[in-house]
Amino acid sequence: MDMNVFSNLALGFGQALTLANLLYCFLGVFLGTIVGVLPGLGPIATIAMLLPITFQLPPTSSLIMLAGIYYGAQYGGSTTAILINVPGESSSVVTAIDGYKLARQGRAGFALFTAAVGSFFAGTISTFLIAGFAPPLAAVALSFGPAEYFSLMVLGLAASVSLAHGSLIKAVAMVVLGLLLGTIGQDLYTGTPRFNFNMTDLSDGLEFVALVMGLFGIGEIVRNLEDEHERSVLAQKVASLIPSWAEFKTTIAPILRGTALGSVLGILPGGGAMLASFAAYSMEKRLAKDPSRFGKGAIEGVAGPESANNSGAQTSFIPMLTLGIPSNPVMALMIGAMIIQGIVPGPNVVTEKPELFWGLIASMWVGNIMLLILNLPLIGMWVKFLTVPYHVLFPGIMAVCCIGVYSVSNNPFDVYTMAFFGVVGYVMVKLDCEPAPLILGFVIGKMLEEYLRRAMLLSRGDPFVFFQRPISAGLLLLAIAALTIVLIPSVSKKREEAFKE
Amino acid sequence: MPSFVKNPKDFLAGLIFIGVAAIFGYGILELPVGSAFRMGPGYFPMILAGMLGVLGAVIMFNGIRFEGEQIQNFAWRGLVNIVLPVVFFGATLKGLGFVLSLTLTIFFTSIASSKFKLWVSLLNVAVLVFFGWLIFIWGLNLPISLWGPWIGGY
Repeated sequence: MDMNVFSNLALGFGQALTLANLLYCFLGVFLGTIVGVLPGLGPIATIAMLLPITFQLPPTSSLIMLAGIYYGAQYGGSTTAILINVPGESSSVVTAIDGYKLARQGRAGFALFTAAVGSFFAGTISTFLIAGFAPPLAAVALSFGPAEYFSLMVLGLAASVSLAHGSLIKAVAMVVLGLLLGTIGQDLYTGTPRFNFNMTDLSDGLEFVALVMGLFGIGEIVRNLEDEHERSVLAQKVASLIPSWAEFKTTIAPILRGTALGSVLGILPGGGAMLASFAAYSMEKRLAKDPSRFGKGAIEGVAGPESANNSGAQTSFIPMLTLGIPSNPVMALMIGAMIIQGIVPGPNVVTEKPELFWGLIASMWVGNIMLLILNLPLIGMWVKFLTVPYHVLFPGIMAVCCIGVYSVSNNPFDVYTMAFFGVVGYVMVKLDCEPAPLILGFVIGKMLEEYLRRAMLLSRGDPFVFFQRPISAGLLLLAIAALTIVLIPSVSKKREEAFKE
Repeated sequence: MPSFVKNPKDFLAGLIFIGVAAIFGYGILELPVGSAFRMGPGYFPMILAGMLGVLGAVIMFNGIRFEGEQIQNFAWRGLVNIVLPVVFFGATLKGLGFVLSLTLTIFFTSIASSKFKLWVSLLNVAVLVFFGWLIFIWGLNLPISLWGPWIGGY
């Protein structure tokens, strides 16, 4: 890290603090909080719904807003987890365990305060981590040839599959299915139409927005309609938010540990907020002098995971921004948004679009301050949102999906595509196949093919090129390791426990 | 489901993967494959379709070998009541125009819920059509006519 970081951050804040970008940042974190509060509506579906709207915005503003939704959802998710034992996000599942117990003991204010402060601290640290680590990483990546890139993408896919929950082989199959769907449309080199099955609408490939909205928007609605039950909101009076110094002291160490763990797990391909929060919870439990307190209202069980999920959410931007590789479905959507804006994701973004890169990073810190203000004093307002029943909510989600997907290119075919993948998404989930790996495959597919073909052309058709170049070989070995480790019985058992806990 | 299937979820998933691999395999027939040195448009998809077919076969085989859960409460009604209105929207937006097409779509969708109430649904329609117009047509200037040619608009 050198002094450049500070001049770069200054550039970034110059971008993030313009009136328009402040507004989009606020809009993002505001929507993110709502999404976090509402169960049954996640950041993936929301970002997908907003993608068409962001086409109209300048690239920096659109990424600032979309990023705000993701980390904003981490704040909002914890609120409902603590107050009513309903985790709004998968990353707040563990927060509900001890947070809700604390709320029942009348210490909801303390838990909420800890969650917000922990998230804010973690968000601040990880903003600086991105600022410090992303440029050097991008510089290294600039020396990569096509073989290295291919192997890096394979590693990214392998790692995300091994960290996904559910059956490994099904996740691999879903990635391959995504890659295959990505090949629909014109061939990059020859312009030959592929797999359009005599439909002219398919000649440019499947519309990304339609695919995502179908899988996560429409498919999700059907899943939520399976069992509709009224949410009972026990309107808890949140007494005092500010804890005593003695109470506050107990949260410092878990917040620090959670931030560190979350930052590391966020960078890993396949990582992100959910994994970070689960790992932080089990770490706190293991480190505690009296582990039996966990599950009965241990503040460490809130402080650790809440810090971890926010730092994990933010550092997962590092591989996305520097290598162009999505570590989770949300990052895949961000890459999709960049491509739509005409930006080629990869190591060149840092040098060619510094205002976008640093503006986005600076906006994260600004957004975290906004979230602190939005969440602490306004907590009562968010709880009100929970009283909106799903049967009132979902027609709205549907309407936004329908108009949004149509607006991408004013083509009804995209609406039909969305409907089709809505069915696909629901059926696959019923067959225990998670749709997230499919999205990763779809986004990476074209790049993966391009690098494969280029590498093979350079090596004159020798597939061993991927193992002869040391960096490429190392990355591929890591990919193989990531997949085989999961298959080791003791690890696979641990993995299942971790996702069940 | 035939009786030799012990895990219908795996069996069906495998079958779907094999089916998709076969469809793409059929599409590859008309594409030049090329060589490993100079890969044609069909080369990469061929590898993928092959992988998907093999993975599908393994998953299907797992479904025959290992015991597993049945598929539970498949929401046919929800699926039909959500997906059909989406198709309806795509088919009628140009003809009926924004207002009528969206109104009917939202109304049909609300029926999907077991908690359907007429007045809630009508209120929802009014609010959503207004905000949809505000955001997408007034705000983002989408070229969608409010009243389509089928009902005398343009």
